Amino acid sequence: MLLKMKFTQQRRVRLAQGLWLMSWLAVMCGAFIFCLGVYLKTELLRRAEVMDNTEIHVVPNILMMVGLASIGTNWVATRVCQDSLDASRFPRWKVLLLVWFAVAALLCCLLISVVVLSYALQGRLEESLKVGLRNGIRFYKDTDVPGRCFQKETIDHLQMEFRCCGNNNFKDWFEVQWVSTRYLDFTSKDVKDRIRSNVDGRYLLDGVPFSCCNPASPRPCLQYHLTDNNAHYNYDYQSEELNLYSRGCRQALTDYYMELMNSTGPGVLSVILIQMSVLVSLRYLQTAVEAATALENPEGESEGYLLEKGVKETFQDVKAKVLDIVKFAQVDPSATEESPGAADAVKPADNTTEKAVSPTPSPAS
Amino acid sequence: MALLPVKFDLKKRVKLAQTVWFMYWFAVLAGVLVLSMGLFFKIELRKRSELMDNNESHFLPNLLIFMGLVACSINAFGGKVCYDSLDPEKFAKWKAILKTYLVFCVGFNALLLVTALLCFLMRIPMQFTLAEGLRNGMKYYKDTDTPGRCYMKRTLDLMQIEFRCCGNDNYRDWFEIQWVSNRYLDFSAKEVRDRISSNVDGQYLMDGVPFSCCNPSSPRPCIQAQMTNNSAHYSYDHYTEDLNVWKRGCRDALLSYYGGMMNTIGALVILVTMLEVGVTVGMQYVHSSLSSLANPEDPESESEGWLLEKTVKETFTDIMDKMKAMGKGSKVEEGEAAVATVS
Repeated sequence: MLLKMKFTQQRRVRLAQGLWLMSWLAVMCGAFIFCLGVYLKTELLRRAEVMDNTEIHVVPNILMMVGLASIGTNWVATRVCQDSLDASRFPRWKVLLLVWFAVAALLCCLLISVVVLSYALQGRLEESLKVGLRNGIRFYKDTDVPGRCFQKETIDHLQMEFRCCGNNNFKDWFEVQWVSTRYLDFTSKDVKDRIRSNVDGRYLLDGVPFSCCNPASPRPCLQYHLTDNNAHYNYDYQSEELNLYSRGCRQALTDYYMELMNSTGPGVLSVILIQMSVLVSLRYLQTAVEAATALENPEGESEGYLLEKGVKETFQDVKAKVLDIVKFAQVDPSATEESPGAADAVKPADNTTEKAVSPTPSPAS
Repeated sequence: MALLPVKFDLKKRVKLAQTVWFMYWFAVLAGVLVLSMGLFFKIELRKRSELMDNNESHFLPNLLIFMGLVACSINAFGGKVCYDSLDPEKFAKWKAILKTYLVFCVGFNALLLVTALLCFLMRIPMQFTLAEGLRNGMKYYKDTDTPGRCYMKRTLDLMQIEFRCCGNDNYRDWFEIQWVSNRYLDFSAKEVRDRISSNVDGQYLMDGVPFSCCNPSSPRPCIQAQMTNNSAHYSYDHYTEDLNVWKRGCRDALLSYYGGMMNTIGALVILVTMLEVGVTVGMQYVHSSLSSLANPEDPESESEGWLLEKTVKETFTDIMDKMKAMGKGSKVEEGEAAVATVS
């Protein structure tokens, strides 16, 4: 027996009551996990326009599923607790409890996997943001193209809210044409020069949109001619650091989402702990009550344990049982197929056994 | 003849006491709500006190906090009295002060109503405070090197971005002040010298606005400088361009923000006042029903409860007589003392 403990009637009653309370606590925790998943999903959906794929959504989806499943599972545990001290009602839970333990263990594993995934998917999130932001910056000027007319507003609000500029930094804006050709005077020399200066005929300038401006700068925002020190009085492009936001939006968004998921880490871990303790306590309660009902005096002392045999033996038992079920499933269909030819199959088998028997005596003699 | 009399037997009295006790607990929660609303309003005012020139009146949030605390305490006390009213011995010790308590409650309810009214009226002084504060704020926008004012630029920029507004009344307010600091002006340039000599005070005025006035919903990149010059920008007409910068003035924006907050608080305070009136009426019935027992020794006897012992007119004349008697009594005493000193 693994980790056995003695339980008097008094202790069994206490265990049942404590477990009932803890199961209701676990129900609340399940609701909390569900709400956490919903919150994370809405935050991801809000910025779905600058994300290329939805791989990261697997984290809140699992959280929501686990939350709902955990509410149901722990509610069942409360019902079991209520019936545990009533000898007539407890036996009906016997089979369901095995399933319950499997489900509870699965939920714990899923929660652990969520914590692992939220770290592992960081790279994928960055990739998705990189592509999404690059597209957003490219389509910034297309305010007259249906389907893209809100890109400008989205990117502007994003840059202002997260205090960031461009994909990696503000120089990303130098490589794209972000001024629509509708507002370019093609008769002006400056415009013609700029368009001729690159292969694709784009109007590139060393300027950024207004949403990159940092309000904390002591001087009014400089948006245009950023690399030209002579264009502005008392300005040095290399040493000016408060004029624009220095952080890239990909970094800003990744940090934001990682912080969000990390802050949920401790909550999820404590929920795992609570679920594990409910599982362990319910196992003890089940074994103790079953042992008590088997005694002559149901109110006497009984023993509760985690596993009937040691870990290795239990594992081998379970393996054997599973193989039995698998073999049973395999043998059954094959037996029904061969039943018309069963007689034929038996005859050659008899022949082979006779043949097998006959040679053996000769070497002996 | 009593006002609104109701007959009570023991069962009805018990039910009344339980209901009023329950209502008192709701009233305690309502008091907590008023307190938290006062705190919230105070914090919101503090957050933007720079824009109001540190001159804003905290009278209303302080009053709300005070009323919330008083409401919590008297409702808790009332709940305790209600709980004890079912036990004649315990109730006897409260009987004496219950009348003054009820008078105090009536006064408190009147004060709550006045508070609610103030919430709706506070818009008017706030308008003037905001106008003054914003005008000064814009004046100090360029002073990012002056201690005490160096964060005004950031505050104003963040406020214009958050509330989607520009200037005091509209964006032209920025044309009338110098919002570019002298540190960044090249005084050897002709353009700068022209602008400075073009006005009496020697200020660098321009027809441009800070970047925080820009509207992200505009289809074209923001035009901040030379806004009144149509030929400075391609395909631009400053009379018809309405998405370029925010059209609303910040005074209006802030006023509607705070006004909305105060209207909500005022409406909630009115609801709390109605609840308080309800519990006061309930307490009056409890008090009157327990003090008019047909047989004082038997707690299970029938009794009558009322709102006022006599009619409104008679109660009013009673109060006036009492006040006159008190006034005359003090006069008579003074007269006697004067006579005594003279003789």
